[in-house]
Amino acid sequence: MMNFQSCVDIKKEWDIVGARQLGRERAKAIGFGTVDQARIATAISELARNIYLYAGSGVICFETIDEIDRKGICIIAEDNGPGIHDISKVMEDGFSTSGGLGAGLPGVKRLMDQFDIVSDQEQGTKIRTVKWVPQRRF
Amino acid sequence: MDEKLREIVLEHSDTIVKKWLVEVSSERMNDYPSAISNELFESTNREFVNVIFTSVDQQEITSELGDFSERLIKLGWPLSYLTDGLQAFRRVTIDFLLTRSEKVDTDQFASVLDMVDSWVDPIINQLVNEYSGNWEHTLSMQQTALKELSAPLIPVMDNITIMPLVGTIDTERAKLIMENLLDGVIKHNAEVVLMDITGVPVVDTMVAHHIIQAAEAVRLIGSQCILVGIRPEIAQTIVNLGIDLRKFPTKSSLQKGFQTALELTNRKIVYTKKDDDIENLLDSLDGE
Repeated sequence: MMNFQSCVDIKKEWDIVGARQLGRERAKAIGFGTVDQARIATAISELARNIYLYAGSGVICFETIDEIDRKGICIIAEDNGPGIHDISKVMEDGFSTSGGLGAGLPGVKRLMDQFDIVSDQEQGTKIRTVKWVPQRRF
Repeated sequence: MDEKLREIVLEHSDTIVKKWLVEVSSERMNDYPSAISNELFESTNREFVNVIFTSVDQQEITSELGDFSERLIKLGWPLSYLTDGLQAFRRVTIDFLLTRSEKVDTDQFASVLDMVDSWVDPIINQLVNEYSGNWEHTLSMQQTALKELSAPLIPVMDNITIMPLVGTIDTERAKLIMENLLDGVIKHNAEVVLMDITGVPVVDTMVAHHIIQAAEAVRLIGSQCILVGIRPEIAQTIVNLGIDLRKFPTKSSLQKGFQTALELTNRKIVYTKKDDDIENLLDSLDGE
């Protein structure tokens, strides 16, 4: 399988739904089960909503990772927003600047297998997160 | 000058139509849905070019153009068919007019361009307006329909009300859910409200937050909210996200939620026996 990338622009609230659907389709094609599909869709929803709420606009990209011994989906959320002032703080449960539940980013980290975040006041925020297809042992 | 150009074009309409048809047909190859048959495509082309010529002839937007575009909209033809066709007409006509005169100076060139533009542009504007008007109309109808469907409240029994939610919940809808829920609780005098999220595809922190707020608001006006229809995968994502839904009861299905609601309102389901069962019972009593 080619490691092609597909991206969804996040500008309106309904773009979140578009990103989620595309991500769910990709996850299904890669071979994730329904529970993992729901996890991935929820993670995309959180990331896309963060972009919509805090940065105004940005982009969510999907990549299929196909290695010899494992397969997975990589979700990249990128924006040129104001950046995150204190990353360790937003990764704490219950911290929110908008009156939400404050479970978004730490939740995404728990929903996915790998989670990297880079944020900068000038260049915005970039989050790269990966979920691996569970290995079947024979 | 302008009149002369118009006369020339109308006089040689046959030649222009022929060229135009060739050009439009060649574009057809890679475009447009294949559901449109060749015969239909050709007859529509002929009608289209006639409509263009009548409006060039009469120098105004004709009612034929309106009828024609209305029909195409109804049949679902792409707008690009019309704009492509008009652009082809512009190319062909300009080409025809310029090749006719032996020597072309800049003034003449500019006046030909202006002239043809003044024929074609109003038609394009008219068509685009009609198409986009149609789209806007459809969109607003669908939005209204969606809004009507978005947060229905069904009183199933005295004091028990159900709100089935199907589809994505966005901020707008979350607001409606809250309003309808509170209005309904007061109106139907409900003690228990069952919120059914079986049809909600994704429950993220935003959706959960709105559900928690709605349940809390329901509690404040003296009723209780039960969240039902939590599918196993949703339950797992909620746990992963670390969302606390302990403040109100939750159930996997509407059926279980309804039973809880009955218990909360001091009722229970009693199965009535059939008549012959009772007779059997009486018989067995007699026997003793």
